Amino acid sequence: MAKMTLEELRKLRSSQKSEMERRDVEGKEIHIIVGMGTCGIAAGAKMALDSFLDTIKSNNLTDVVVKQTGCMGLCYSEPTVEVKVPGMPDIIYGNVDAAVAKEIVEKHIMHKKMVENHIQDKPAGDIIK
Amino acid sequence: MAVKNYILVCGGTACESAKGDDIYKALLKEAEAHGVAEDVQIVKTGCFGFCEKGPIVKVLPEQAFYVEVVPEDAKEIIAETIVKGRIVERLQYQPEKGAKGDAFDIENIEFYQKQYRIVLRNCGLINPESIDEYVARDGYAALEKCLFEMTPEDIIEELKISGLRGRGGAGFPTWLKWNFSRQVESQQKYVVCNADEGDPGAYMDRSTLEGDPHSVLEAMIIAGICVGADYGAIYIRAEYPLAIERLETAMKQAREYGLLGNDILGSGFNFDIEVRLGAGAFVCGEETALLASIEGKRGMPIPKPPFPAVKGLFGQPTVINNVETFANVPVIITKGGKWFSQIGTEKSKGTKVFALTGKIKNSGLVEVPMGTTLREIVFDIGGGIRGGKKFKAVQTGGPSGGVITEEFLDTPIDFDNLISIGSMMGSGGMIVMDEDDCIIDVTKFYLEFCVEESCGKCAPCRIGTKKLYEYLDRFTKGQGKMEDLKKMRDIGNAMKKASLCGLGQTAANPVLSTLKYFPEEYRQHIEDGKCIAKKCKDLVRYEIVAEKCIGCTVCARKCPVNCIEGERKKPHIIDQDRCIKCGACYDGCKFDAITVS
Repeated sequence: MAKMTLEELRKLRSSQKSEMERRDVEGKEIHIIVGMGTCGIAAGAKMALDSFLDTIKSNNLTDVVVKQTGCMGLCYSEPTVEVKVPGMPDIIYGNVDAAVAKEIVEKHIMHKKMVENHIQDKPAGDIIK
Repeated sequence: MAVKNYILVCGGTACESAKGDDIYKALLKEAEAHGVAEDVQIVKTGCFGFCEKGPIVKVLPEQAFYVEVVPEDAKEIIAETIVKGRIVERLQYQPEKGAKGDAFDIENIEFYQKQYRIVLRNCGLINPESIDEYVARDGYAALEKCLFEMTPEDIIEELKISGLRGRGGAGFPTWLKWNFSRQVESQQKYVVCNADEGDPGAYMDRSTLEGDPHSVLEAMIIAGICVGADYGAIYIRAEYPLAIERLETAMKQAREYGLLGNDILGSGFNFDIEVRLGAGAFVCGEETALLASIEGKRGMPIPKPPFPAVKGLFGQPTVINNVETFANVPVIITKGGKWFSQIGTEKSKGTKVFALTGKIKNSGLVEVPMGTTLREIVFDIGGGIRGGKKFKAVQTGGPSGGVITEEFLDTPIDFDNLISIGSMMGSGGMIVMDEDDCIIDVTKFYLEFCVEESCGKCAPCRIGTKKLYEYLDRFTKGQGKMEDLKKMRDIGNAMKKASLCGLGQTAANPVLSTLKYFPEEYRQHIEDGKCIAKKCKDLVRYEIVAEKCIGCTVCARKCPVNCIEGERKKPHIIDQDRCIKCGACYDGCKFDAITVS
């Protein structure tokens, strides 16, 4: 890289910062937990995971952690994904392919609206206000 | 394709020597083999500080904290944690008390509680060989500010508000030093970083340079802007190859980015840095000797004043600061002096990095706010004494410091308090001793170090250290006299007053402080001919208790000089004249039939 100007240094800092922030879990409130058991992987959980990461990156979301976990027990609806957003009930989504993953980020996380057709498990109606 | 996991492998010297590099390579290989090379970024970082449990591997965002990893573990880490997202329980750090519940969190490791990392803010977090990662952590933001928004007076003012004092040990206010240099009219000025860390048991400067070299470079450039210097030198021991390599890499990257060299960020300001290697002489850590060494002369101190800030390298005004002092500067500029001044005690602001070693459970690098008590460092962070032994003392400040005994454990640590209890901050080495350590033996070790390292220029230091050493040596052989103690005090006090540089002025500190706090142990060595720690060979006697000895012959077979005799199934006897006091018989006896006295 050639010598930088002040502007270029600042640009580099902000682009690198979001990269670093993704390493940091502390203070991040939104969690996406992807079931990556054998069943999940076989059903395409990896594609969903990639889609989550790409969508989060392209929307510059900084307070989201993407984690993996083992089988959640809902093998019939793999890939399953649990999404935790403060102020919203914890939702488990089933049959999450790449497109649904994108939708979850854009609707559920960015606009606080659940993605209706894929909800597998949610608290009873009276808990959700 | 975006990265979903980060594996941080500790690349500090301690972990590196424990095959850190092999672990790193094995992880890369396994990631490739499992087809996940693109999903995971494997980074070698600086020291995590928790050297006791090294090598350490962290996996994010899973928050896995793997300790004592070996290269063979790489396969499992990749296959389990990266591919399947499961924690490898076998490697996961287990909190000692296990009382924290099942929610494991790195923040809950006792070692990291009570710590506050300012100097080590990036160590263990960023890849020290990547300038981009440093920039991401607000790196070079302070430089920006100093170049385009602040005047040199503003920089001095900010440092003054912060209350930063030199971390080399003496605690001289940093702003004052910089201001002296700034005010001198001169065509040529210099900035020098003192990275000649030579205290036994101290390694915080090395770790800082290894883990975050850019923070020191940035601070040196800022010093250059402030005082009007265009050239800097980092004086570092040739025996720190990893730190040197990382510094060189960092300098190369900074030059490529235009952050070092001519016309920095288009501001018209020029500044460049050079690494100067030292041969590892303790006296070269003293600033005037260090400057002489850079000039190509023999490293010997010269009387002050004039101080280097006014007349230093090649006779020109020179700002010379320790690594840790510099590492604090960028944070002070970005976060403000006021922020910094809220941490620490009234007269010592900020944090101090200690290298905690000796008979402690968790040895490692520890950064705590000034004013933390020694008890918190030794027992809460350090986990207490190893093997359930009893705490005896802490040696701080290396050969320039003294011992701190149990009664002072609750003293809040800062520059002035340590001096008032007869020790000093020094560079920050902290060696914990237990009941098995003989205070005279330890003191002798420090004096031996000073005898070797004295440059010999002035008589009080050259002759004084040697004399003190000889007295101590006689005590360990049971040949001392009580009147020697007074003579030692006199010599020590004379050295304090008459030596030319800090090395000689402080070399007697270990003697003076142990004489003060352990008079009984000195008396026992001299009058009773006894060493209660059983360390002084000549004062120890191994004997076989006839009633307990069953004549198994193990001791006789273990004895390297064949001085144990006796018939099978009958009590044995040690020939005291031939015994070399190695203790092999004592360690070998299963019936507690051998006594040490």
